[in-house]
Amino acid sequence: MMLINSILSTMIWLPILAGISLLFLSDNDERTKNTVRYISLGASLATLFLGVYLYLEFDGTTASMQFIEKMPWIESLGVQYYLGVDGISVPLILLTVFITPFVVISSWDVIKLKPAQYFAAFLILEGLMIGVFSALDAILFYVFWEAMLVPMFLIIGIWGGQRRIYATVKFFLYTFLGSVLMLVSFIYLYGQTADFDLQNFMMTPLTMFEQQLIFIAFLLAFAVKVPMWPVHTWLPDAHVEAPTGGSVILAAIMLKMGGYGFIRLSMPITPDASEYFAFMMIVLSLIAVTYIGFVALMQTDMKKLIAYSSIAHMGFVTLGFFIVWSFVETSQGTLGVTGAMVQMISHGLISGAMFLCVGVLYDRMHSREISAYGGVANTMPIFAAFMVFFSMSNAGLPGTSGFVGEFMVILASFKANIWYAFLAATTLILGAAYTLWMVKRVLYGEVANDNVAKLTDLNSREFFVLSVLAASVLLVGVWPSPLIDLMTATIDQLMLQISETKIIGVES
Amino acid sequence: MDMQTIFSASAEIFLVIMICAVLIVDLFVEGEERKVTFWLSLASLLGTALLVLNNTPESREFIFDGSYVNDPLAGLLKIASIIMVGIGFIYSRKYLIKNNLMKGEFFLLSLFGLLGMLIMISANSLLIMYLGLETLSLSLYALVAFDRNSSIAAESAMKYFILGAIASGSLLYGISWIYGVTGSLEFNEIALSISQDSSLNSLPLWFGMAFVVVGIAFKFGAVPFHMWLPDVYQGARTPVTLFIATAPKLAAFALIYRILVDGLGGVQDAWQGTIMIVSLLSLILGNVVAIAQTNIKRMLGYSAIGHVGFIFAGIFTGTQIGYSAALFYSLTYIIMAAGAFGVLIALSDEEQGDQLEDLKGLSQRNPWLAGIMLFIMLGMAGIPPWVGFFAKLDIINAVVDAGFAGFAVVMVLTSVIGAFYYLRVIWFMYFEKAQESKAIVVSRDIGAVLSLNGLLVLALGLFPGALMQLCISVMN
Repeated sequence: MMLINSILSTMIWLPILAGISLLFLSDNDERTKNTVRYISLGASLATLFLGVYLYLEFDGTTASMQFIEKMPWIESLGVQYYLGVDGISVPLILLTVFITPFVVISSWDVIKLKPAQYFAAFLILEGLMIGVFSALDAILFYVFWEAMLVPMFLIIGIWGGQRRIYATVKFFLYTFLGSVLMLVSFIYLYGQTADFDLQNFMMTPLTMFEQQLIFIAFLLAFAVKVPMWPVHTWLPDAHVEAPTGGSVILAAIMLKMGGYGFIRLSMPITPDASEYFAFMMIVLSLIAVTYIGFVALMQTDMKKLIAYSSIAHMGFVTLGFFIVWSFVETSQGTLGVTGAMVQMISHGLISGAMFLCVGVLYDRMHSREISAYGGVANTMPIFAAFMVFFSMSNAGLPGTSGFVGEFMVILASFKANIWYAFLAATTLILGAAYTLWMVKRVLYGEVANDNVAKLTDLNSREFFVLSVLAASVLLVGVWPSPLIDLMTATIDQLMLQISETKIIGVES
Repeated sequence: MDMQTIFSASAEIFLVIMICAVLIVDLFVEGEERKVTFWLSLASLLGTALLVLNNTPESREFIFDGSYVNDPLAGLLKIASIIMVGIGFIYSRKYLIKNNLMKGEFFLLSLFGLLGMLIMISANSLLIMYLGLETLSLSLYALVAFDRNSSIAAESAMKYFILGAIASGSLLYGISWIYGVTGSLEFNEIALSISQDSSLNSLPLWFGMAFVVVGIAFKFGAVPFHMWLPDVYQGARTPVTLFIATAPKLAAFALIYRILVDGLGGVQDAWQGTIMIVSLLSLILGNVVAIAQTNIKRMLGYSAIGHVGFIFAGIFTGTQIGYSAALFYSLTYIIMAAGAFGVLIALSDEEQGDQLEDLKGLSQRNPWLAGIMLFIMLGMAGIPPWVGFFAKLDIINAVVDAGFAGFAVVMVLTSVIGAFYYLRVIWFMYFEKAQESKAIVVSRDIGAVLSLNGLLVLALGLFPGALMQLCISVMN
């Protein structure tokens, strides 16, 4: 019973405590290294099972918060330890618990330097990320949000590539700078409501000017995380230098925090300002989709290419959210928001898989340059099949998860304004161009050099990871309704919430 | 003089007696036996702490004809100062022995400094405050010059002394004006006369107050009266820097609180702007200049200036929550500062150990020590869940609550600038290769206290409620 009552806390603290316990193991000999690996796998699988249980017990027909845990934390400041989930957070939590075991498995014996600390960092990160998605108190949310930077800072800095220090410091400062103003906004809102309860923040009336300032503060925090053009420049650096596991977590989950922030905080807390700035947000999203698509086309480094493609795909998420205000009745925007949510989950799976594919090649060749490869399909046929599949889904091939979200968002923008749809749809061409061109250069043609000729195909561990991810991409692609059913009620409720103005004295 | 008075001041009286005892005992010990001095000093601290605990009243009481005050706030500040001095002794012992500096004077001067702090904390009269301040300052000047063979120490002691003397003079001059205007030296009397006669709130009082604020800002090391601080932090031996960086900050907190809030609270409008500007300048200059430092003690010195900016920000709000937030900030900051200098002391090998470069690869040479430093740096940078974040949150909350949301934005932006140089310490420890691979061994007692210190930075962050509540309750 204890477990059921505090399932969210268990999901947060189980991986964190497991991670901390790993730090006390010295990892000098092979036996402790194995212990470390099995503890990490066990902890991440246990969290995955809890996640499955959460999914089964979750009631998708209501928009109210579920699995609530609430107790006072810092009484003098009115801060509470307040957790709860709804249809927006559950899919993202499921994504988190689903991806982390793959990170552990894929790094199994690849990491030679301090493996205990490496796995510990990922487990702690997992707990913190679940914390972000389930915190309902602003300070608790902020604590998880910022604390998350520390393990990622160390992951990139210790296990990263050549320019890791530059990349990791840039990553940390960029995201830290983005989020401090969010803290000031929280404190300001605390002054209005007398506690840090996010749901009270959504209720409290605010003038347009207040909303605009708060929206901009939130925008800085979330736009950096998403990342939106023009504050995206940290992402290619961080991705390129991070170890494979770090890239996977960064792309699959941490970027989603920005999207989650928009839908959880910006839209309901400052609905009028969101409407006011909606056009700007749409323009920024479309720039990300089109311009960054072209930038991706020009990359010579595989990881950089996927990083830029992530920015372009995340542009769909922000587009889907802010297209809502282009409709007279915001409730018609449900399609766009749902599409954006599906896109987040789908991008989590696909980009994670793409980075794992690059990781497979990097482990063998220690190069991320496209030009170092060529004709890999000849020596690694099974791998090539997987990579083609994930590239196709990255390009939005129907039948894969990549199609569902993008299609819904494009459809919604078509209804809003045909030019939005026109620009958004260029991704179908650009996405196909940059991913498939990369596939062509890396996988096909003659065997480029001796190193490629000596490549060995996937081992069973890699095969397992990629095949499960491929199956899930396919599943979401052909049968997305369980995922959509999870969030329908919450999104409907959100549409109601944002359609009402929060400015006192103005009728909506 | 009745017994009650004696009891109320028994901690200070006991400390004076023990200082005399240490002084005499130290004459008869030499070399290895010096540890007698060490243990006797620790015992005096313990005794003083117990007496403070025992004699702290529930509410404010005045003794010695109103020139001395005993209240819960004084109790908390005194206990914290005593603990800090004790921790400093424990961290320093091995270092002093290794550097041939294990002399009785270190302990004596520190104890005299502590006596000055206790007096300042409990002062209810401008003159007693000054007396305590000079007792503290003179001990500090001598402590900085304590390593007589070091020319850099002598130089910084000289700077400290001259600038400190000017600041003391300024303070004393301001005191004389305030006395002239209000006709009293006692803080509650001053507050009373200001509230009764509003015509006192005019230029002569402000004139005196300006000089007092200069003196206070100097003792804190707030911009633009901060010049001494980086030099002294760098020039002094690390144990002395630890001493300067920790407990005197609490005495300075008492100084500003007793004078500006208890005494001149009625003319808050007159000092609020000044403190705000000093706070703003400290935040910006401290954090920006710290980036350029290569000497870690100097860097921590500039970082201290930045932290003082935060403490002042809590004060200038002029609200109860601001004062208690400033108190919480001071307490948690000195815990972190003690840990940081403790790690540096544990690292130092003769002259080495105070360049940032010396931290390179610490995570390989001693992972535990690196972990403690990681906690402290993240705490100082204000990253949750370490305690520094909650201290900053508390202050920013008070600032926003007082209607200065724009100021709060500056505070968080300077925190981002500050994060860079704290992160640089972490990157040197974790991302760089060690210059030499020799493992660093830390003796068990220092290791244990340092670990506690580091864990406290995390534990207070996970559960800051109790200490915050305590800070609020001692203010009432």
